[in-house]
Amino acid sequence: MALRTCTLLAMAVGASALAAAPAMAQTAPGVTDTEIKIGNINPYSGPASAYGVIGKTIGAYFAKINAEGGVNGRKINYISYDDGYSPPKAVEQARKLVESDEVAIVFQPLGTPSNSAIQKYMNSKQVPQLFVATGATKWNDPKNFPWTMGWQPNYQTEGKIYGKYIADNLPNGKVGVIFQNDDYGKDLLKGLKDGLGAKAASMIIAEVPYEVSVPTIDSQIVQLKGSGADILVTIATPKFAAQVIRKVAELGWKPTHFLNNVAISVGAVIKPAGPENAKDILSTAYLKDATDPADKESPAFKEWEAFMDKYYPDGNKLDGSTVFGYAAAQTMVQVLKQAGKDLSRANIMKEAANLKNFEIGVLVDGIKVNTSPSDFAPIEQLQMQKFDGERWHRFGPVMSGESS
Amino acid sequence: MSVNEDIKYDAKLDGILDAATGAGTGKSRSLGSVVTLCLLAVAVVLPFVAQGFVVFQLTMVMVYGIAIMGLNILTGFNGQFSLGHSAFFAIGAYTAAILMESFGVSYVWTLPAAGLTAFVAGFLFGLPALRLEPIYLALATFALAVAMPQFLKLTPFEHWTGGVQGIVILKPDAPFGLPLSQDQWLYLFTLGVGFGLYLAARNIIASRTGRAIQAIRDNPIAARAMGINLSLYKTLTFGVSAFYTGVAGALSAIVVQFVAPDSYTLVLAVAFLVGMVIGGVGWLPGSLIGGAFILFVPNIAEGVSKGLSGAVYGIILLLIIYIAPSGVGGLLHKTADYFARRRK
Repeated sequence: MALRTCTLLAMAVGASALAAAPAMAQTAPGVTDTEIKIGNINPYSGPASAYGVIGKTIGAYFAKINAEGGVNGRKINYISYDDGYSPPKAVEQARKLVESDEVAIVFQPLGTPSNSAIQKYMNSKQVPQLFVATGATKWNDPKNFPWTMGWQPNYQTEGKIYGKYIADNLPNGKVGVIFQNDDYGKDLLKGLKDGLGAKAASMIIAEVPYEVSVPTIDSQIVQLKGSGADILVTIATPKFAAQVIRKVAELGWKPTHFLNNVAISVGAVIKPAGPENAKDILSTAYLKDATDPADKESPAFKEWEAFMDKYYPDGNKLDGSTVFGYAAAQTMVQVLKQAGKDLSRANIMKEAANLKNFEIGVLVDGIKVNTSPSDFAPIEQLQMQKFDGERWHRFGPVMSGESS
Repeated sequence: MSVNEDIKYDAKLDGILDAATGAGTGKSRSLGSVVTLCLLAVAVVLPFVAQGFVVFQLTMVMVYGIAIMGLNILTGFNGQFSLGHSAFFAIGAYTAAILMESFGVSYVWTLPAAGLTAFVAGFLFGLPALRLEPIYLALATFALAVAMPQFLKLTPFEHWTGGVQGIVILKPDAPFGLPLSQDQWLYLFTLGVGFGLYLAARNIIASRTGRAIQAIRDNPIAARAMGINLSLYKTLTFGVSAFYTGVAGALSAIVVQFVAPDSYTLVLAVAFLVGMVIGGVGWLPGSLIGGAFILFVPNIAEGVSKGLSGAVYGIILLLIIYIAPSGVGGLLHKTADYFARRRK
């Protein structure tokens, strides 16, 4: 009696699970005549939840596209899950998107650890892991990971641009570098050396690493000043960058100071360090700036503002992440337009690797999105900018990090 | 909750749900065995009918369940608190990952290695820490949980730990050419390991040692008067608890195929604690329910509202605590009690 109940129970579980499994007959997974399913993973909770704005902006932009009739007659069904910036959760959510929701692609999953965790899985399943939201250089590896592609300028590209700028404009300089001793810091440092080219060994006279776990990096700055460097390249995250700027001023040291793009926030870095101390610091930009009066008047930004008012009214317009998500979502829509009727995963990937001089209004003028089957780094250009004591001013030509 | 009540409800639930160990007597024992066997049968059939990612989720539920079981041995039976079990989970995960990637050890052998490493770490940490009162011990273990991710990022260890990058692991195939997918095999493997660990825990708790462990929780002074070496037993319990959590960590590394420092933060330690309380403090099968809670409830909360997922999670938690103040174990016990009384 008890055993029969037991067998029945097991059979019931089996039957219900089978019934739940959807039909697998369609040729292009996640695509019907009227819609395409696009998955996304963002940290809506946890330590990096500030970035969750990106996932929400993307959703708002797809809502706008749908309201305007979709892409080639298909609406975008955007499914975004929270991974709390935790790699195991990212794996779970990626599998849910691919195996349960059966999305066509996973677009803009955020964070280097989360993307590292799902990269092998996505490639073994041959599902596009498209335009990931992280600056690591390793996403540009079409040979080993043909289903993974980056989007924003990667750290090596940025480093190369500082290197090139120094080699061209300050050829007799003595370079001191402070860098965060991890993936990102080493990535950017490698780019810097590549950009300096043959002169790297002679021009860089001091390289000083710091650990994320240390409370201050004052002694490293003293050490760099003592080395006799007259150019300082700061490869640091916001908190440490602010410390560098303040300590350099305290020491009365006046090097030509290059600051990496992750630490250019006026609110989080420059203000705590003292804007007067940050005068004449050089950096790079690829997105237009919502606080810049000239950018604000550009037609692209007017469009962006109208979009924000209508589709994401509670979003913060001063948060650069809303501009970022807006631009990334436009890239995705462009790929879908190019793919036309054939929305198979392979064709989407093929078209993602076939972007030619695609322009996005909120990117700095002159920066174009370009990819090819051997180049999985969509944005590879940046423009130099200088801090005038109040805000950043872009200057000079748009520079490319591509090896020429 | 009072001590007597605890023991009483343990005994009753023993009879109902986990008599497979031979505890309990007569009629309740055979009924318990049938229920356990039924649940096991369903558990074995599940991976063959569910989708791959569901199998993965269920495997993770069991992994978290094993970790919570470790915490339960410490808190539920020995009365000590730990906010640092994410650290032992991380030690287990990294031991497994490093052994597999740097030394080519088979994943099967990484489990005992991970468990032993965590045991040693737990034992050594326990030596000084367990002289502390519960609330101070909680703080000491809290420090451990906060420190662990940073240790894993340190440069001197980077050669092995991969620094912030972490380590990517290859998923093992089913052995002997069994016609199972990797997910199915790992599910069954975890089920086997988990069930074995569960039986071991039951037997420890039911033994003379287990009674000593519980006596320390109930009344340390009386326990000492009966000749129990308090610090030795407390430290050993801490070690065993770390062993379980370490094995769970190793399993999670193999199942997720990736370890990185940011996977093992304080949030995970708190999740274990929440899972244990939800499942029922001092009731081992409840650990599995706790594992299910920490895996599925955040997903449910997110499904209700993305912007307010934290608040929804909090409301669900409050509701459960309101309905089942002593965890799901306590609720089951009360229900069983109610029907038993009605039958009379």
